[in-house]
Amino acid sequence: MLWKYLLGLWMAAVIAAAHLLPIPQVKGLGETARIIFFHVPVAWVALVAFTIAAINSIRFLHGRNMEFDYRSYAASQLGLFFCLLATITGSIWAKVTWGSFWNWDPRESSIFVLLLIYGAYFALRSAIEDESRRAALSAVYTIIAFVTVPFLVFVIPRVYFSLHPAPLVNVHGRLEMDIRMLLVFLASLFGFTMLLFWMYQLQLTITRQELKEE
Amino acid sequence: MNKDLRSELRTKYAINAIVMFAVITLAAISFTVGAFALAPQFQAALLWIVLFFSASSGLPRVFIKEEESKTVNALKLSSSPLGVFLGKLMFNLILLLILASIIVPLFIALMGVNIKGLALFVLIVVLGLLGLSGASTIVAAIVAKAATKGTLFAVLAFPILLPLLITTISATDYAMGGGTITGGFSHIQILVSYIGIMLTISILLFEFVWQE
Repeated sequence: MLWKYLLGLWMAAVIAAAHLLPIPQVKGLGETARIIFFHVPVAWVALVAFTIAAINSIRFLHGRNMEFDYRSYAASQLGLFFCLLATITGSIWAKVTWGSFWNWDPRESSIFVLLLIYGAYFALRSAIEDESRRAALSAVYTIIAFVTVPFLVFVIPRVYFSLHPAPLVNVHGRLEMDIRMLLVFLASLFGFTMLLFWMYQLQLTITRQELKEE
Repeated sequence: MNKDLRSELRTKYAINAIVMFAVITLAAISFTVGAFALAPQFQAALLWIVLFFSASSGLPRVFIKEEESKTVNALKLSSSPLGVFLGKLMFNLILLLILASIIVPLFIALMGVNIKGLALFVLIVVLGLLGLSGASTIVAAIVAKAATKGTLFAVLAFPILLPLLITTISATDYAMGGGTITGGFSHIQILVSYIGIMLTISILLFEFVWQE
């Protein structure tokens, strides 16, 4: 329990630092670069959640233990939620930097497709009544969906020209962030990951209640 | 696959439905566009939209037909899951190739398309259809057991197919503009890797969908 309070303090510190820390002024980004402290960790957390969902789907198909279906479902819900947050933070930043909320830039398009893919997961789940069949088909779909993720998140934006700021771990493999920024960024990443862990435990409890009652 | 082909030749249901859908869509597009000459990007996009939507109207039938005519159990007993999947996949692919061989020339004629890189264009069409049938077959299997089959198929399949769609449209646009096969190599790479990944994953997962 204590760690939850600590996490709260940690995140408060991260948010404060994100707003107050003096950051190097990159041309064209300026103060808006602060979004990196929120947008990237949230996107990262979404990916972690989808990975958890896929792994649990594989485990479900192996042993047909309903527990893994609950885990996969809980993880997918959180993944979709964080993916939505990533899209919204990205869109807000786009409005400030490029002047419009949405422009079908390859990065924007691929995150939209990702939202659709996981949204379709919930459509699938609601269309099947029988519990074990629903679990099996959802598991299969989660795995297929997860396979498209590397494509969407890593391949397409690198192949097609995008205005999205280049990944900070650039092609030469060196981190190019100012050390203080890097510290706050990593702290934020850690904080959000712990947040995911907490939310996952909660969501799993809720999911178990919901689905067991059926 | 043989069984599907023979029953299909007898009834011609799926091929009719799919071709009629495509022709009607194409006619609607051509009519509304009128004499206006569209840029190649639009032509490429429209061609693939017609193909994709026609496919989504016809391909799920492969499994739904089995469910409806109650031949599912016989099929489960008689052949291995891999055999069933590949058979359905081949059938879907042949269906799509027949569709394309009718629609693509029609599209070129009606929309006044000028294709400069023909070899690349044909290659892209074939690869695109391969990807389309690959992803659609597994989704059709998933949907066959669900309640709202038709719409659910579109909802599930389209997001998964979108990376394929985006790549094929831009590759087709490139081919129309006079691209060579070597020039369009990056597009081909993406298409081939998508097809490879989708087919592998479908073959691996089909068994789980097929068993109850």
